[in-house]
Amino acid sequence: MIDRLTESLNFYSQALNLRAERQKVLASNIANSDTPGYKARDFDFASALHAAVDGQHAATQGGLQGGLPLATTEPGHIAGRGPASPAAGGIDLAYRNPMQPSLDGNTVDMNVERVQFMDNAVHYRADLQILGSQIKGLKSAMEPPR
Amino acid sequence: MAVNSIFGIAGSALTAQSARMNVAASNMANANSVAGPDGQPYRGKEVQFQLLAAPGSEIGGVAVTGVTENPAPFRREYRPDSPLADDQGYVKMPNVNPTDEMVNMISAARSYEANINVLNTAKNLALRTLTLGE
Repeated sequence: MIDRLTESLNFYSQALNLRAERQKVLASNIANSDTPGYKARDFDFASALHAAVDGQHAATQGGLQGGLPLATTEPGHIAGRGPASPAAGGIDLAYRNPMQPSLDGNTVDMNVERVQFMDNAVHYRADLQILGSQIKGLKSAMEPPR
Repeated sequence: MAVNSIFGIAGSALTAQSARMNVAASNMANANSVAGPDGQPYRGKEVQFQLLAAPGSEIGGVAVTGVTENPAPFRREYRPDSPLADDQGYVKMPNVNPTDEMVNMISAARSYEANINVLNTAKNLALRTLTLGE
């Protein structure tokens, strides 16, 4: 029963995790905008979310692919697999194609990074909002009638 | 939680950018210092930035790896009255270009602001996450 609840909230919690991860990548780009030789990084959110949700699904179904096995030291323990990294199996970071690379080898375009950062923050807020209202809906369904 | 390490990333950038601002301020202040403690004119300084990534990670904050001196030759100014003038009447002046330093200063200030914005956004998101489901 409880794992059903977890599964119903899984999608948005995975999305939230990935949004936080992407926020970190973009923060690193902005922080290193003056570091010689730094290459701007990012990842494809859609495919990362697909991978994360599929990996999590396989893990809850006792599948073998993806994630680390749960150590079972007592007969009563339940075997399982969990995500190895915040977003189930790590994310493939790609490089940005620079519009106008600078002489010191840095490929951070501040405008792109700022826009992506704001966009990501808004999506994070939206995911939070939806996850919050899902939790609220579940809570009100559990409450006894008054 | 990844949001927490954003504070580390943006915080390290703030430290690095303020170090850069300090050095630019020092260069500007000493643009006319003809003699330092060693008797030589002031040499322009420059901070070196490097990516500060945790092992196994490709992203991270910024580290200041050191302050290097500008190897460019000193500027020579014709001032025959100066006690520091050489036999041809020239005084060696610091190799600081005030225009470059001003540009450096503005660039550091803008980068600092960008990172403050990142911090604010990350803080708001983290606070909203704490009230999830209320």
